[in-house]
Amino acid sequence: MQLEQVWRNGMNRFLHRLGSLQVAYQMAGLCLPWFSTLCVLMMVYGVVGGLFLAPPDVEQGDAFRMIYIHVPSAFLSLMIYGVIFVNSVVYLVWHIKLADITAKCSASVGATYTIIALFSGALWGKPMWGTWWIWDARLTSELILLFLYMGYMGLRNAIREPKRAAKASAILAVIGMVDIPIIHFSVEWWATLHQGATLAKFSKPSIASEMLYPLLAMLGAFILFYVALLCVRVRVEILKRERKTQWVQAGFAAQGSGAA
Amino acid sequence: MLKAMQCVIERDLRLYFQHWGECLIPVLFLILVVSLFPMALGSEPKLLARIAPAVIWIAVVLSLLMSLESVFRQDYQEGSLAQIVLSPYPLSILLLGKLIAHWIMVGLPLLVLAPFLNILLQGSSEGLGVLGLTLIFGIPTLSLIGSIGAALTIGLPNGGSLLAVLVLPIMMPIVIFGTCALTAATEGVAFYSELYVLAALFILTLVLGPVALSNAVRASLA
Repeated sequence: MQLEQVWRNGMNRFLHRLGSLQVAYQMAGLCLPWFSTLCVLMMVYGVVGGLFLAPPDVEQGDAFRMIYIHVPSAFLSLMIYGVIFVNSVVYLVWHIKLADITAKCSASVGATYTIIALFSGALWGKPMWGTWWIWDARLTSELILLFLYMGYMGLRNAIREPKRAAKASAILAVIGMVDIPIIHFSVEWWATLHQGATLAKFSKPSIASEMLYPLLAMLGAFILFYVALLCVRVRVEILKRERKTQWVQAGFAAQGSGAA
Repeated sequence: MLKAMQCVIERDLRLYFQHWGECLIPVLFLILVVSLFPMALGSEPKLLARIAPAVIWIAVVLSLLMSLESVFRQDYQEGSLAQIVLSPYPLSILLLGKLIAHWIMVGLPLLVLAPFLNILLQGSSEGLGVLGLTLIFGIPTLSLIGSIGAALTIGLPNGGSLLAVLVLPIMMPIVIFGTCALTAATEGVAFYSELYVLAALFILTLVLGPVALSNAVRASLA
């Protein structure tokens, strides 16, 4: 019984501290160097291993190396929308400001990853399929995902009042998340109706380990890059929102006088 | 509770009847958009018949979007939307009443007009029934989704274009299933599965939509 009490108290205090933007600011600052160092290490291994050491593909030659950019960014584009969704739910239920800030700072990163995924896919598609773009189910879903990101960011930008912007965009994110499986399902349906099995259906053979490990490293590096970028952006956003509080002003004063 | 919804419906209907000219605008818009296509593409009957379902669906989506942009505007400006929010009845039910009134005055005319547009575009007469069926399920679903977007953008400058950006991606599955059913019907293939999916999406939005809608209105008025 007592142990549970202690655990619950400690947990409550931890959550409460996380709710404080000052603590979040400091924690993000502490984590940032670790994330960025790890990110650089993994990216160096991924780039060297993927672009130089891995053998060229039997069918695709060197063009397959686009996978090291394309797949991680496509993965991240979906993952970040998931992050935004979770943070939006947290914000709607518990009104934790940090969740709103995280969602806001994630959106443009996610949109950028979506654009990278689309562009790298087009660059790969040109030599492989002979065209920049086909209305394949996966491409179309990715494009609609980009539209969802744009709508989310547009709504946030259009509303001046921060609290309303937070709530409205959180509701939109939740609706979008509910819609994503439906969009995926409908687009798949549509694509199979309009075009038979074409070159879009690329049966992927199991991948060799010299190719796979750099890919996993790149995936890890992309995730870490996102997290590190998120740390920076969250810190900036916290400073913007809390610019009138004592701790921010004290920090700036200390920096201004050269003491920090 | 149903009584309260009935009151909202009656009030909105009365307001629509007072300004019945406004209800004609989406209808006119629909006719104009549809008649732009033959002018741009040429009047070859085969081509027109092929694109007829898609054109009608897209035009319906656009004119619904246009009319939904102002569905809350008047009430928001004069303060009666705040009164609805403050009333003791569940907000989602009252807002659903507003949407029912909107469907009667805007959705229903679009539905009635669609077969005539189909004739205008030389569409096949076999597809006519299916067109009606898809629109019966499609228009309320589209209105529910669109109204959520309208609620999120209440009172914002250039809310209209923002509404389209917010809501069109979410509407895409409905457009896909609606036009897929029509394409299947004109090709003489079974179209029931698409219709069932449309109906399922309609029920899903009918259940979840009002909840999201009431939250969106609350967020905008807070």
